Amino acid sequence: MEKFDFIIIGAGVVGAMIARSLSRYEVSLLVIEKESDVCMGTSSANTSIIHAGYDPLPGTLKAELNVKGNKLWDTLAFELGIPFKRTGDYVIGIGKEEIDGVEELYKRGVENGVNGLEILKKEEILTKLQYLNREVSLALFASSGGIVDPFQATLAPLENAVLNGAKILLETSFEDFIFNGKRIIGVKTNKGDFYSDWVINAAGLYSDKVMHKAHVHEEFTITPRKGEYYIFDRNDFSIKEVLFPVPTKASKGIMVTTTVHGNTIIGPNSHEIEDKEDTSNTEEGLTSVYEGARKLVPTINLKHVIAMFAGLRATGNARSPNPNIDYNHDYLIDILPNLGLVNIAGIESPGLASSPAIAEYVINLLKDANVKLKEKKDFNPVRKPRVRFRDLSNDERKKLVENNPSYGRIICRCENVTEGEILAEIHAPIPAKTYDALKRRTWLGTGRCQGAFDLPRVIELLSKELNLDPTEITKRGNNSKFLFRKTKEVQNAVKRYL
Amino acid sequence: MQLKDIYDVVVIGSGPGGLASAIQAKKEGAESVLVIERDKEPGGILNQCIHNGFGVEIFKEDMPGPKYAEMFIKEAESLGVEFMLDSMVLEITPQKKVYVTSKWYGFNEIQARAVVFAMGARERTRAQIRTPGFRPSGVYTAGTAQRLVNIEGFMPGNRFVILGSGDIGMIMARRLTLEGAKVERVLEIMPFLTGLTRNYVQCLQDFNIPLQLKHTVKRILGKNRVEAVEIVEVDENFKPVKGSEEIITADTLLLSVGLVPEIELARSVGVAIDPTILGPYVDEEMQTSIPGIFAAGNVVHIFDLVDWVTEAGFIAGKGASRYALKEKTEKVLIPIKSGNNIHHVVPQFIKKDALEKAPIKLMMRVSKPIEEKVWIELRNENNLIFRKLERYVRPGEMVVLTIPQKTYDEVFKSNTLYVSVEKFGG
Amino acid sequence: MEKKNFTCLGCPVGCSLTVFIEEKEVIKVEGNQCNIGVEFAKEEVKEPKRKVTTSVRIKNAEYPLLPVYTDKPFPKDRIFELIKLLRSVEVEAPVKVDDIIIENVLNTQVNIRASRTFVRKNG
Repeated sequence: MEKFDFIIIGAGVVGAMIARSLSRYEVSLLVIEKESDVCMGTSSANTSIIHAGYDPLPGTLKAELNVKGNKLWDTLAFELGIPFKRTGDYVIGIGKEEIDGVEELYKRGVENGVNGLEILKKEEILTKLQYLNREVSLALFASSGGIVDPFQATLAPLENAVLNGAKILLETSFEDFIFNGKRIIGVKTNKGDFYSDWVINAAGLYSDKVMHKAHVHEEFTITPRKGEYYIFDRNDFSIKEVLFPVPTKASKGIMVTTTVHGNTIIGPNSHEIEDKEDTSNTEEGLTSVYEGARKLVPTINLKHVIAMFAGLRATGNARSPNPNIDYNHDYLIDILPNLGLVNIAGIESPGLASSPAIAEYVINLLKDANVKLKEKKDFNPVRKPRVRFRDLSNDERKKLVENNPSYGRIICRCENVTEGEILAEIHAPIPAKTYDALKRRTWLGTGRCQGAFDLPRVIELLSKELNLDPTEITKRGNNSKFLFRKTKEVQNAVKRYL
Repeated sequence: MQLKDIYDVVVIGSGPGGLASAIQAKKEGAESVLVIERDKEPGGILNQCIHNGFGVEIFKEDMPGPKYAEMFIKEAESLGVEFMLDSMVLEITPQKKVYVTSKWYGFNEIQARAVVFAMGARERTRAQIRTPGFRPSGVYTAGTAQRLVNIEGFMPGNRFVILGSGDIGMIMARRLTLEGAKVERVLEIMPFLTGLTRNYVQCLQDFNIPLQLKHTVKRILGKNRVEAVEIVEVDENFKPVKGSEEIITADTLLLSVGLVPEIELARSVGVAIDPTILGPYVDEEMQTSIPGIFAAGNVVHIFDLVDWVTEAGFIAGKGASRYALKEKTEKVLIPIKSGNNIHHVVPQFIKKDALEKAPIKLMMRVSKPIEEKVWIELRNENNLIFRKLERYVRPGEMVVLTIPQKTYDEVFKSNTLYVSVEKFGG
Repeated sequence: MEKKNFTCLGCPVGCSLTVFIEEKEVIKVEGNQCNIGVEFAKEEVKEPKRKVTTSVRIKNAEYPLLPVYTDKPFPKDRIFELIKLLRSVEVEAPVKVDDIIIENVLNTQVNIRASRTFVRKNG
């Protein structure tokens, strides 16, 4: 029987940050994740922004943790080798009717304690950003806004946790709690039972379902809100800034923003859906993204699109814990000491920015509940990023290839990802075992050919290193195989076609 | 192989354009010629094009792709062309320093006297046609599927829908059928076939594979692996016709939605690019806007026959050798502009005295099909210089106009040349 | 008299042929640019044939498949029979381009030849 001090359900950014924070202490820790890799849900498909904190309603948990979280990112990114840039961000008011909206955000920001806010008049903003819609009326600049690699933001803390003793199990889905009387003592999964003193529910879109299994917060539900995006070819269209529109009630609106990889993305739109797995793009959604983005940058041309995607926000219906505030979409973070359960739910935007502060908050909840957390003497906060061939100078490349020739072979021609990098990821502390796992770690297959050239080579490398038949290699686990059979083994084809 | 520090001619890519360039450069006197190839063996995409139809124009022999490639590889080797395989060029400077990385040769800096770009083309992807729906596995470009089936030896699906009636799409429809898969449908958004008619006959008609013109994929279904595609008819403006939606069960969607010249290297070195075809501007020697940098094959524009890629390679190789050996040429260029119903023309420039040496072949694509006799005309500001009768013109089939040497005087005094499709009898 | 439209498959030009047929005999062909068109039309009326290209398994080579071709056009209605036969064939490297893999396949006077060379891979 495997027994842990803590089990975390969900390897998204929230689970990852909590895992890393807990791994500072002398505790045993298991993270379970239902998907084939870490960061497969909400954490993987978003705008990758570290929000400054002027948007959430003052007094909410969202506002508090956003502003706190934002400040933690420099140290965090440095220690964990996460690509992060404090680019600053803009809110662009278009037309006279949006002037009030910009001023309102400024006020909120000041109230939330956000530093570095600045109002820019029409002429100032147009001089700075000449590609903007000429109808711009007023803009807010927040110097503390930033962008991050959302995948590394999840992978790096989890890897760091693993290096500090945590255990992680993929393709392991939570089915139910195991109780001893009224106390949770473990979880049932598709891979068997695991026991623990505490369970931390960081199940993202499914966090409501998980807590309902413990019969708590039965009124709490997550309603996924889909957001769709276009990504642009950086060779053809690239802006260097992070631009928000003035938000509406439903969402922060359709942005035009850069990413740490230098690709411009536009989106997201926002519509409520029922299916927690429906990450499909819709024609209407994509059209609204395009139209929304053109409101800020009229020259955007879909000819330069390189990919599309959709993400689901885990929108909850939790009332703000602050009784003076009438707000129904706050974060739900609480500890139920008698039950042995911690819930972190409804973490929609700015969840990524808030995530390190959420982890600190959870640690404090545990400490307040008298959970013994003794600091490890040998905790290593550093996780080094792995080498990226494309980021090196020619001299560095030469040396790298001399030391390890597999870094000399380019597998992904568009993004210049080498065999060496792929092998390193397959054998990393949290191994990449699928095509998408490699893609998100190395950025292979994200360029102009979208994997058309690298796919056969990547399948070959994965099958060789993992000792699997090429027909067993998948895009993202489950039934997402690439190859059905050998060309000449026609008996494996569907019978009636013969 | 011991790499030299300096080569007369460095050819990037060993497909038909690259091989022909290297061979011709050697024959014209270049002493050292290096071909750099990303794949493990030379030949480029020909190695996966196991169908026949190659060589009929130039060699009067109908060969499968690998055989056609091998003929040139052998000739290149016998002439002393050096091959650097499984190696990739990362960067070229305008001074023709070539940075190339390889598992076998390490990271190298090679100086070239002349360079030939022969990187070919890449396939347009789902993103470029912006097909909504899920992003499962099972959506492949036709060329990737061709490589998997013909070289790697794996079938990427059992039930296919193919989007696009280009040649690769139709050829794959036949190939997959022969290997026991079912091709449910070939869809074409245009009101006409975009590949060669002969491929329609021998790849689709022969195997009763239905082709639907004016149709496209509206949505891809299936979260992890393709489960079905929703197709729809489109009107003249390519807008979906309401009520014409149909869901086809399939596990794979192949995209054959066009090729784009692979010009990242060309662009990074600063070669001027023709925005209509996204390949470098070239003159009649296939020289780009940077002297000493030449381009051959699909990297310039998409040819429909490999034979013509080979011919373009011969021309580029000759030019590269001439440049490397420091022979002088005329500097004044005459632009060739696309007129009535001409989508684009290659070369886009000719040197003023070019016709002195040989006739010049212009390759064109039309924008719209005309199924009756038409004139293909070459004019300058004042006069009709030369024209040729065609029995029909189709966007899927390149039009060739060879400017004869007897028009030298008229061409020489032109400031601009124009090519156009004109009514027969007009 | 019967009139049929064919696309000539004799070469990549692909002429659109109008073929006039009387009692299964071609009496006139229009639209052809050369004599191949006439020959193609006659054969297409009598016994349609196609060049077939596919692959067979190969051992000890860089890749698992050897591309092959029919060195003459092969009866169209027997293509699947041929493909089925070739699926069961496995050769061993080295193989040279144009080597005969099967002579007079299915008694059609057509040979199956290798489309490329494979050297023997160690191991």
